[in-house]
Amino acid sequence: MGSRHSDQIPKNQAGLLWLLQMAWRDGRASLRRLLLFMSSIVLGIAALVAIQNFGMTLEENIAGQSRELMGADFLVDMESEPDEALRDTIALIPGTYLREVNFASMLSFPDREGTRLVRIRGVEPGFPFYGELTTRPEAAAGAFGKAPGALVDATVMTQYALRPGDSVTIGNLTLPIAASLVDAPGNTQVSTSVAPAIWIPYDQIAATGLIQVGSRVEYNYYFQVPEGTDLGAIYDRWDAVLDDANADMDLHTDTSDRLGRRYQNVGRFLKLVAFIALLLGCLGIASSVHIYMKEKRASIAILKCLGASRRQSLLIFLFQIAGIGLLGGIVGTGLGLVLQAVFPQLIGGLLPVELQWSTHWEPVALGLVLGVGMALLFGLLPLLGSWFVSPLAVLRVAERTPAMSNRITTAVLLLIFGVLWGVSVLLLERPLRALWFVLGLAAVFLVLALIAWGIMWGVRRYFPHGWGFEARQGLLNLFRPNNQTLVLILAIGIGTFLISTLYFTQDMLLARARMEDDRPAANLILLDVQAGQQESVAAQIRPTGMEVLENIPIVTMRLASIAGRTVEAIRADSTSTINQWILSHEFRVTYRDSLIPSEVLQEGEWASSYAGTGPVPVSLSDNVARDARVTIGDTLVFNVQGVLMDTYVASIRQVDWGRMQLNFSVVFPPGVLEDAPRFHVMTTYAPDTDSSARLQQALVRNFPNITVLDIRQILDVITDILDKIGWVIRFMAFFSILTGLIVLLGAVRTSKYQRIRESVLLRTLGAQGRQILRISAMEYFFLGAIGGLMGAVLALLATELLAYGVFEVPFTPSWVPFGVVFPVITLLVLGIGLANSRGVIKSPPLEVLRKEGV
Amino acid sequence: MSNILNVTQLRKSYHSGEKTLTVLDDITFSVEAGTRFAIVGPSGSGKTTLLGLCAGLDQPDSGGVSLCGEDLGTLDEDQCAALRNREVGFIFQNFQLLPTLTALENVSLPLELRGDKAAATTAKELLTKVGLAERMDHYPSQLSGGEQQRVAMARAFSNSPSLLFADEPTGNLDEDTGSRVIDLLFNLNAEAGTTLVIVTHDMDLARQCDRILRLKGGRILE
Ligand SMILES: Nc1ncnc2c1ncn2[C@@H]1O[C@H](COP(=O)(O)OP(=O)(O)OP(=O)(O)O)[C@@H](O)[C@H]1O
Ligand SMILES: [Mg+2]
Repeated sequence: MGSRHSDQIPKNQAGLLWLLQMAWRDGRASLRRLLLFMSSIVLGIAALVAIQNFGMTLEENIAGQSRELMGADFLVDMESEPDEALRDTIALIPGTYLREVNFASMLSFPDREGTRLVRIRGVEPGFPFYGELTTRPEAAAGAFGKAPGALVDATVMTQYALRPGDSVTIGNLTLPIAASLVDAPGNTQVSTSVAPAIWIPYDQIAATGLIQVGSRVEYNYYFQVPEGTDLGAIYDRWDAVLDDANADMDLHTDTSDRLGRRYQNVGRFLKLVAFIALLLGCLGIASSVHIYMKEKRASIAILKCLGASRRQSLLIFLFQIAGIGLLGGIVGTGLGLVLQAVFPQLIGGLLPVELQWSTHWEPVALGLVLGVGMALLFGLLPLLGSWFVSPLAVLRVAERTPAMSNRITTAVLLLIFGVLWGVSVLLLERPLRALWFVLGLAAVFLVLALIAWGIMWGVRRYFPHGWGFEARQGLLNLFRPNNQTLVLILAIGIGTFLISTLYFTQDMLLARARMEDDRPAANLILLDVQAGQQESVAAQIRPTGMEVLENIPIVTMRLASIAGRTVEAIRADSTSTINQWILSHEFRVTYRDSLIPSEVLQEGEWASSYAGTGPVPVSLSDNVARDARVTIGDTLVFNVQGVLMDTYVASIRQVDWGRMQLNFSVVFPPGVLEDAPRFHVMTTYAPDTDSSARLQQALVRNFPNITVLDIRQILDVITDILDKIGWVIRFMAFFSILTGLIVLLGAVRTSKYQRIRESVLLRTLGAQGRQILRISAMEYFFLGAIGGLMGAVLALLATELLAYGVFEVPFTPSWVPFGVVFPVITLLVLGIGLANSRGVIKSPPLEVLRKEGV
Repeated sequence: MSNILNVTQLRKSYHSGEKTLTVLDDITFSVEAGTRFAIVGPSGSGKTTLLGLCAGLDQPDSGGVSLCGEDLGTLDEDQCAALRNREVGFIFQNFQLLPTLTALENVSLPLELRGDKAAATTAKELLTKVGLAERMDHYPSQLSGGEQQRVAMARAFSNSPSLLFADEPTGNLDEDTGSRVIDLLFNLNAEAGTTLVIVTHDMDLARQCDRILRLKGGRILE
């Protein structure tokens, strides 16, 4: 009988539909377990989708309401009163405009205690063009500016128990309060809590008498143009012209872009936290699928024996895992869309706009793709293992599946790395940073894995033979075959690590904000002290027992030329790389003979005096030097209020702008600016809120032009903001912990039958239920304790590194991670483990034996 | 008469560390279509190994197997599988049903694999024939050993194989159940003309076959 050619063997006919059917039939039996796999990625996906969709909603809302945020189509702003020429230029810009003058000032009320830093806004009636001015009583919004009357921020009204009809004094001007101002374009809780606004009619500004030399005053021209006008064209036509006059044009879209970017940064960070939760879940999937596929080997061998091809056998289980992933994606996405509604509750007043919810397709697609993609990606290695299962295993139960070749394993690991990087790029939008993130993450995982592995090795090597039976058995359980100890310790460790790091970092940031130098740190900063007022202000402070800690002179100036080229020439040169802001910025310059603690000399030589002839040696901060493209020795000409002054760059300083200290980008030596029109900043330290309030009140009464920054109050605001952001972050980290717990639950269930068998065996050998329970308790206690402790200690190290390397502050860790997070997590692990073990003990041996049968 | 199975100078050995264990050595025999063929021998003599090689589940070191006219040496794993699906049925000592599938689904499986639309109908008929009409929707764990073996048998015959391999089909069953399973096996063989290759310890069973191959220490005893 002749042999047919092998190509003629027909392939079996079972199609895609049958494969799907088989995937379902087989999955049906282990549905609960598969659903548990699924739930380990649900939360991560939910968190990601929630943030993504929330971010897009926010962006859309900000963009959609950008005119309402600005209150105009565009604005022209400047830092000093516009001269005739500039006013003429502005008049030529298309559209109608309304003017505003605003500045910070101290507010006091004749018959009430306390003073308050506020922003005085002198606004022409009719503003805002877009958006609502909400006042109480409501009618006052429409009547504003038609009669002399002020709108006072609602928080101030409450703080001082004011009512419409009471009067408010601003400098030399006393006005009746027309209404309380509830909401105005662009207001956020943060801006109003730092400096709440008082609106007064534009034409009343001069009467306050508060606009003097050195006062930081903003002049704004708000424009409205007919619907459909090309704003870009207006910008292109006028921006350069305005730049030359030291004015700036901002379109309403610019403002929203800037705002959008700020929230994007926060959003990116949150996405990463969510992504870590997802990865944890993926780790759970990888480990569950590994054990699942191991159990499926017998079935795969039978399938192959009956004639299924390798591809078909692989696809059946691939579809199963993909299906689970898809389901996880759907549930996660749904949950995420529900969840995003929680964010506004968490961050409350930090948002500048009212949110109009909408569902975007990108986050939904992301959720679904991530569900399927991550499940397959992390299940791929064990799934591919099915390819190598020999049908011979039907004859020989012990037939070993040959180990997967290193090449395939490496390829899959590279694929995982690549995909993770890809997803991070998608979330971060910065390829390089994403790479660092993935590498850093891999490092943390690796370190945790190494430590976990090391501990296990150590326990095995130095096994505590002296311990009691139960403790020893519990410890031994960590090494049972098919154990998921490593994955569990990783999951618990990463979760704890995240939460603890968040706590520590928050502590550190707050500590940094409060940081005190060797000297008692100033907590009251007096701005805009006129040169002639120094003595009388000091005389006001001293009798209270406080000291004037610093008295810093400030002279304002602009750059007239850089390295021999005039600012005008540089502006006209389109190839110049000098940063635009440098050219029109009004620098606040001080003079002194030494460096202060927040500064480090980076280059050149510090000039402590001026010889009296030749260009003046000045010192620049590194960012200004960089943006102005100058180095040591380059010449700079400053226009000091009409007088040109030749200088050269003598030194460049690194300045720690984050410190609560007055820092300067340009510093002159003494002996140059003493006669220039200047004002002073004085600082003092008030030991308590009462003395602080009394001093502020006295200062405001006698020197209405002086603005007092109360650092204590500002710190309260910062603490409040950090608290709120902290909540969001903790909320996200919570997802990691929950995911960790689900992974734990999955792992515990996966090994349930194995445990039942052992428990039955132990019981036949005479162990009591209580003993078995105690053994389990020990095991889970070890798991929770090792994972939790490792996470907390690693977090401590990581934060210590951050504190030392990045923030340069001494860091005293809070006890919360060790005192609360660690024990709670250990107890949770213990609880889940024990709840499961009770089921194990209760199940009757016969049922166990039946389920064991193939 | 044509031979449905030709085995020539088959050799198989296992390596463990330094040592080489020759499990089968110079095995040559052939099986005529439609006959019953028994393989007997003491434990460890290589019966199961031989069966695995004949069904293309494993590769020999040397020698050849031709099954239904196909030289297994020229086929890859998937082609062997397709060939098994078309021509071969299996019965195992420990049944090897898929635990996650019902009796009916287990029996339909080989037919579904070849894309047979009437798989379920055929499977129901077969299950009825082995007396399990009432138990079709039960999972293997809900069936007794004998019942499981009958399901396995229905599955083995579902694709109307031209050749059926049975590795100690009664090994896990009591005497009564065992003999009933054997009767069933022989009936199906008589009705469908299926060639039977049975590995067994049971000499009574072997004597009911047309030919007996005796193995000892991996060699044929003549
Ligand atoms: N993977 C393997 N590695 C090493 N030796 C093996 C392997 N598989 C089988 N053997 C050996 O090959 C010999 C034959 O085994 P086989 O299972 O074919 O015997 P058998 O005749 O079926 O025995 P039984 O009647 O007990 O089932 C045995 O000695 C066995 O130990
Ligand atoms: Mg055998």
